[in-house]
Amino acid sequence: MNFFLEVLVGGLLSGVMYALVALGFVMIYKASGVFNFAQGAMVYLAALSVVGIMEWGAPLWLAVVLAFSIMTAFGIATEKFVLRKLVNQPPIALFMATIGLAFFIEGLAPMIFGSEPRALDLGIVDEPIPWILDNWNMVISKFDLVAAGVGAVLVATLALFFQFTRVGRALRAVADDHQAALSIGIPLQNIWAIVWGVAGFVALVAGMMWGARNGVQFALTFTALKALPVLILGGFTSVPGAIVGGLIIGASEKLAEIYIPPVMEGMFGGNFGGIEGWFPYVLALLFLLVRPEGLFGEKHIDRV
Amino acid sequence: MLYREAGQFKTTYAADQQLFPIRQDRIGLMLLAVAFFGVPLFASEYWFSAILIPFLIFALAALGLNILTGYAGQLSLGTAAFMAVGAYAAYNFQLRVEGIPILVSFICAGLTAAGVGILFGLPSLRIKGFYLAVATLAAQFFIVWCLTKFPWLSNHSSSGVISAQDVVILGFNFDTPVSKYLLVLAIVSVMALAAKNLVRSSTGRAWMAVRDMDVAASVIGIKLMPTKLLAFAVSSFYCGVAGALYAFCYLGSVEPDGFSLDMSFKILFMIIIGGVGSILGCFLGAAFILLLPIFLDYSLPAVAELFGLPFSNATVSHIQILMFGALIMFFLIVEPHGLARLWQIAKEKLRLWPFPH
Repeated sequence: MNFFLEVLVGGLLSGVMYALVALGFVMIYKASGVFNFAQGAMVYLAALSVVGIMEWGAPLWLAVVLAFSIMTAFGIATEKFVLRKLVNQPPIALFMATIGLAFFIEGLAPMIFGSEPRALDLGIVDEPIPWILDNWNMVISKFDLVAAGVGAVLVATLALFFQFTRVGRALRAVADDHQAALSIGIPLQNIWAIVWGVAGFVALVAGMMWGARNGVQFALTFTALKALPVLILGGFTSVPGAIVGGLIIGASEKLAEIYIPPVMEGMFGGNFGGIEGWFPYVLALLFLLVRPEGLFGEKHIDRV
Repeated sequence: MLYREAGQFKTTYAADQQLFPIRQDRIGLMLLAVAFFGVPLFASEYWFSAILIPFLIFALAALGLNILTGYAGQLSLGTAAFMAVGAYAAYNFQLRVEGIPILVSFICAGLTAAGVGILFGLPSLRIKGFYLAVATLAAQFFIVWCLTKFPWLSNHSSSGVISAQDVVILGFNFDTPVSKYLLVLAIVSVMALAAKNLVRSSTGRAWMAVRDMDVAASVIGIKLMPTKLLAFAVSSFYCGVAGALYAFCYLGSVEPDGFSLDMSFKILFMIIIGGVGSILGCFLGAAFILLLPIFLDYSLPAVAELFGLPFSNATVSHIQILMFGALIMFFLIVEPHGLARLWQIAKEKLRLWPFPH
C-alpha cells in the first residue's frame, strides 16, 4: 500500500510538470483558436536561453529576465509574421504552421546557445524529504514538491490575471467570440501578442522546472508531446482541465509502468518496460471515444 | 506556343473523362516515363540507392498520407508507424508462409497495414481535427513499442531489428540497385495511377465532400463511417506497401525505432510543400524534402567558407531543421497548395504565352 501511494504521489507530482506545459497550450488555444504545437519547442528555447545566458556570465535573475524578454519578443514575432498572415485559414493549416514553427525553433535555439545537454541549477536539490521518509516511509522528492508549488502559484496567478484585470477580461472576451470582441473595440492583434507573451512566460517557467530536473537538452521538446494527452483529457479550453488532466496522466502512467508489465510478462513472457511511452495516448484515445470534448471542454455543436 | 489546348475538341465522353485530357500532358508523361526507365543507362549506384529509390518510396508514403489528409481531411501524425506495420508484416509473411511470392507478401503487408489503419481510424468517427491528430500519435507510439517488445514479430532478433529477405520474382533476384529501382518504380507507378483514378471516382469525391464539411456531406447522403474508414484503409495500404519497399528495396534491415515520429513529420512536410490534395504534389514534395538536405550539405560549407564563418556538422543539421520549419511556414502562408499549385500556375501561364490577356 505504501509503495502504491509512493508511486501515486510521484506520478501526481510529475503530472504537475505536464500540466505546466499543457497550460501554455490552453492559453493560446483559448484566445486564438490556434493549437500551438510549438509549445514544446518554446519550452526548449526558454530553458536553453536561461542556461545559455548564464554561461555568458550573467546571474540567474538576469538570465531569467532576459529569457523572458526573448520569449515575449519571439511570441510577438510569431504572431506578427506567421499567424496574422494565416488568419481565416482552416485550423489544420494553422496547426501545421505551428509544427513548422516548432522545427524552426528546434533548429534556431541550439544554433545560438549550443546543443550539448547542460544542467540548470536553481538551488533546489532533488532528494527525498527526510520528514516524510521517517514518518511515512515514502520517498517524495523535494524538487517535485517545489515544482508542484510553482505550478499552483502559476495557475493561481493566471486565474487572477484572467478574472480581475482589464487585459484578462479582454482575453476572455476574445476567447468567447472574436468578432464580438472586435466590434466592442478590443484590439485583437494586441491581445494575441499578449497571449503569445503569456504563453512564452508559461513556457519559461515550465522550461526552468523541467530543465532543472532533467537537464537542458533536446528531449525537452518531447514534453509537448506528453502534454497532448493531458489536453485531450482536460479539454483544450480549460485551465483547471489542464491541471486535472496532468494529474490523471502523471499518476496513471506511473502506475501503469509499475503494474502492467508484470501482468503482460506473465501472459507473454519477455520484457514489457516503457509502457509510459504510449500509455497516456491510448488512455486519451479511449477517453475520447466516451467524451470527445474532454473533461472540462465545451460541447461543440455543428451547423450546416 | 508549346502548351496549348486550343483545337483539342472532345467528341466523346470517354475522351473528355481521360485521366490526362490534354495531349501535351500525355506526351510529357510519356517522355517522363521513358526518362525514368532510361535513367539506369546513365545514373551511378549512389544515385539509385541514395536518391531515386528513397524518393519513390517516400513519394508512395506521401501519397498514402495525402489520400487521408489531403483528400479525406483527416490529419494523421502516425504515417511512419503504418509504414513500420507494412515492413514487419512483409517480413513475417516471407518468413512464415512457405513459398509466398514477394509481391503477394507486399500486398498482404499493405492489407495488414490497412487493417491496423482501420483500427486506429475508428476514433475518427467520434472525433476530428486536433483531437484526431493526437489519436494518431497513439498509433505512432503504440505500434513502434509493440514491434520492439513482442519478439515474435521480429523473429526474436535483438531490439527488433529485421533483415529483409531477398527480393526474388519468378526466379529473378532483384539484388542490384538498378533492378530494385525498376521494381520500385513499377510498383509506385501502378499505385500512383490507381490513386489518380481513385480520387476522381465517386469514392474520391465522397472523401473530398467529407473533407470540406462532414456534416454537409452526411446531409447529402454520404455515409461518414464507411467513407472515413475506407480513407484510413486505403491510406494505410499505401503506407504499408511503402514501408515494405522501404525495408526490402531501400535499407535492407530496419528497426522499429527507425520509423520515428520524425519520419511521420517528414512525410507530412512532403505533402504540405508538395501540395495537399494533389497526386503530383506527393512526388514534388518528396523530391524537395529529400534533395534539400543534400543540397544544403554541399552548399552550406561553401557559403560558410566564403564568409569565413566557423562551421561544424551540427550546424548543418540545425540549419536543415530550421530551413524545414521556415519552408513549411513559408509555403503555408504564400502558397498553401504547394509546389503542385505552382506547377499549375506555370501551365496556365504557358497556355496564354506569348499573348496574355
